[in-house]
Amino acid sequence: MSIIVENKRPESINPLKVSQPLGAALAFLGIDKAIPLFHGSQGCTSFALVLAVRHFKETIPLQTTAMNEVSTILGGHNHLEEAILNLTARVDPRFIGIASTALVETRGEDYVGALKEIRAKNPDLAHRQITFVSTPDYNGALEDGWANAVTAIIDDVVIPWSTAVTSFQQINILPGVHQTAADIEALRDIVESFGLYPVILPDISSSLDGHVPENWMTTTMGGTRLEEVAHMARSAHTIAIGEHMRKPADLLESLTGIPTSLFPDITGISASDRLMALLSRISGKSIPQRYRRQRSQLLDAMLDGHFYFGGKKVAIAADPDLLVTLARFFHNMGATISVAVSSTSHSPLLKDIPTEKVIIGDLTDFEDAVRDNPVDMLITHSHGRQASERLGIPLLRVGFPIFDRIGNAHNLTLGYQGTQNLIFRIANLFLEKTHHPKPADFEDSSADISKEPLYA
Amino acid sequence: MDNRLKAKVVSLFDEPACAKNVAKGKKERRKGCGKPLTPGATAGGCAFDGSKIVLQPITDAIHIVHGPLACEGNGWDSRQSASSGPTLYRNGITTDLTQMDIIMGTGEKRLYKAIRNAAERFNPPAIFVYVTCVPALIGDDVEAVCKHAAQKLGLPVIPVNSPGFIGTKNLGNKLAGETLLDHVIGTVEPDDSGDTDINIIGEYNLSGELWQIKPLLKQLGIRVHTCMTGDSRYRDIASAHRSRVNMMVCSAALINLARKMEERWGIPFFEGSFYGIEETSRSLRKIAELLVKRGASADLIAKTEALIAREEKRCWEKLEPYRQRLQGKRVFLYTGGVKSWSIVSALQQTGIEIVGTSVRKSTETDKEKIKKLMGSDAHMIEKIPPREIYNRLKSDEADIMLSGGRTQFIALKAKIPWVDINQERHKAYAGYDGILALVQDIDCALSNPVWQEIRQPAPWEEGWSSPEIDSLFDDDHLFSERAS
Repeated sequence: MSIIVENKRPESINPLKVSQPLGAALAFLGIDKAIPLFHGSQGCTSFALVLAVRHFKETIPLQTTAMNEVSTILGGHNHLEEAILNLTARVDPRFIGIASTALVETRGEDYVGALKEIRAKNPDLAHRQITFVSTPDYNGALEDGWANAVTAIIDDVVIPWSTAVTSFQQINILPGVHQTAADIEALRDIVESFGLYPVILPDISSSLDGHVPENWMTTTMGGTRLEEVAHMARSAHTIAIGEHMRKPADLLESLTGIPTSLFPDITGISASDRLMALLSRISGKSIPQRYRRQRSQLLDAMLDGHFYFGGKKVAIAADPDLLVTLARFFHNMGATISVAVSSTSHSPLLKDIPTEKVIIGDLTDFEDAVRDNPVDMLITHSHGRQASERLGIPLLRVGFPIFDRIGNAHNLTLGYQGTQNLIFRIANLFLEKTHHPKPADFEDSSADISKEPLYA
Repeated sequence: MDNRLKAKVVSLFDEPACAKNVAKGKKERRKGCGKPLTPGATAGGCAFDGSKIVLQPITDAIHIVHGPLACEGNGWDSRQSASSGPTLYRNGITTDLTQMDIIMGTGEKRLYKAIRNAAERFNPPAIFVYVTCVPALIGDDVEAVCKHAAQKLGLPVIPVNSPGFIGTKNLGNKLAGETLLDHVIGTVEPDDSGDTDINIIGEYNLSGELWQIKPLLKQLGIRVHTCMTGDSRYRDIASAHRSRVNMMVCSAALINLARKMEERWGIPFFEGSFYGIEETSRSLRKIAELLVKRGASADLIAKTEALIAREEKRCWEKLEPYRQRLQGKRVFLYTGGVKSWSIVSALQQTGIEIVGTSVRKSTETDKEKIKKLMGSDAHMIEKIPPREIYNRLKSDEADIMLSGGRTQFIALKAKIPWVDINQERHKAYAGYDGILALVQDIDCALSNPVWQEIRQPAPWEEGWSSPEIDSLFDDDHLFSERAS
């Protein structure tokens, strides 16, 4: 049991948190032919866009309603309408996901009313899905934004269960923001190998995976098709990943009556085993040979790798679900969690992290804590690089944003293979700091080794 | 917008030193520099972004953003503005306003405490406080808080009143310039002041570019008192009013700053650039000329000419081997302002053909220069949507594209080599050495064998063939064996 300690500083120095609207944008980017739209001043979009581009090394379709000081006072309905119509004309999206920013939320607007009016005025918007989600950045962080966006999409698009619905060998999957494109792709493969058809919401594995398309795309180049989201009630089961997905999962269950399994994550042998067992029960098929082999490989990796984790001290700073996942992983491999910092307190699992205390704070709390409590590895996103340099401790980059490395969408941590990858990656990082023994290391020991050996 | 800010913005839109501005009618001038923003079709940064770009590189100052998380949270530590010493400027500090602060109006108190804590923890010579949309909307009196903090804490606490929603990045640049004029420049006397001291305005030392230029100036005995604001120290900016000459780079974004420094302290300024060989030489000459006019020793001119002759010769010699390799290679330039023409001439003289350059962010003077260099209007491109660029590149209209990080994917997805020449780049391209580095990078990108493999068809596409595999299934071969 850990105690949760809130940082009482009025200022955030080197923020750990990433804003809610950006979380919502990432979720919207997992929808096919989508364009996320921020309702706010153009800077909100520009900053988020640049950060996302640096992380994914991709063009990111993201637009703005370009509010100014006049429209903020008078109300942003016109800007909203103009933005929607311009996007429709220029880019022909199937889905427009609108996320609000602190500016318009502070001013306070009736978005639902506004959208209704806009639709009434423009009947040819009828076949385009426009979903609005409230995500002011003065509340919450990345996970909240993502989850709120998914909840909004489910609310708008999913057709509730009725006796007219036929069930298929279909599974709903609600991944959290802490799964990468590679994780989603691996999960799809696993589900399909049991003869089940996955409907993944949102699915960034084909839109943010980084690939070279045939033509230039102005909206997302892949992602969940809304037609499939509409028919989520046909599924036999729903798998949600991450505590922050509880809200959207609960909504989906209440609309469809489909039982839900919520996994905090699917990293580690136990979680991966549970996934396999669940899919096997749902499909009635036995677990494929391929995954049995992979499990055996994972065991081997755990055996080879645990030497490098045992006795090591680590410091982790991340969003709640990612923090819980990583803490459990490192702990189960034998490392000690000396420092744990979370961006928000929005997870009931924080108190279960195997560490003394969890600080709700920023990267300066992180750095200060590590100074008092030296560790062998820092684990956080790219903004931890300054601390890593100052402290001389290697940094394992996780989460979002990672802007000074490439291939981030393909960091696999899900399932047997993902866990194995993670073990090798980390063990090798520890190995880079191999210590070569010198006499000075043993200065304190009682044996006097400075004497000449008896036999030369 | 509060009245004082409104008045300030209006005054900025009336700039006698800017040719484009002078040519406008009174009504048009009031509308400002850029075109009005189109909802759903805009991609630029805001006024807050612009102000931060100008001031953040002040290395030993503390920069606090007053607002909710995203403004600072999404943008900090993203530019490669390098420092030869202090790294305080790389910290991202924000009051991270919560919903409670906004509802209860406790933002000002929070800001004061943040300033006080930062002063204690970092002990900086000054603190800059940036206003963002939300506090501007709810009427937080940031100026008053700063004044109070300055008094109580005994150090300059400077409000930067440029909330995002009042305009574009460019407006923010200008407001930052005004902030320096109103609060910083002239507040401190320099320890020493020489007759060859200059300031460089609009230089942010990206990837160390200032350090490519400084040695040249040092050889001439010219001292860069400070840049605004690359690798700068607060005190040096505060004492910049005693320098003799101002050089303004980066296409007049800070022209208000340069002009007012001339008005107040008689410091002449000129617009120049260190991108490209001719431009570097021209700028050195101009600096020398103006310094001598202001009382520096006359032999500076001869010294400068000797240096220019030497450096140009050395540079052309080094570029010669690349002339053969790059002869006739076609470059598409998609960048703004000064770079749209300054590298053109150097590249052209290396035999590279410029098939197009974007002038969407260029001033009239920029465009004139381009016309002179490239002959006709045909190659100047105003605004071109990404899909258009992609199609042109795919139809083999250029061999390589030079642009900023955000547009790299257009070239890469079209399977065309790309070199980064914008502010987020990691290479220094200033001065004589810089153009050599750029040409080397272009050569390296073009000659990388990876492009052959990237462009070859996939096995399921037309045009793919493999003689080894074909021969395994060659029927004639089978028959001939059976027959014999």
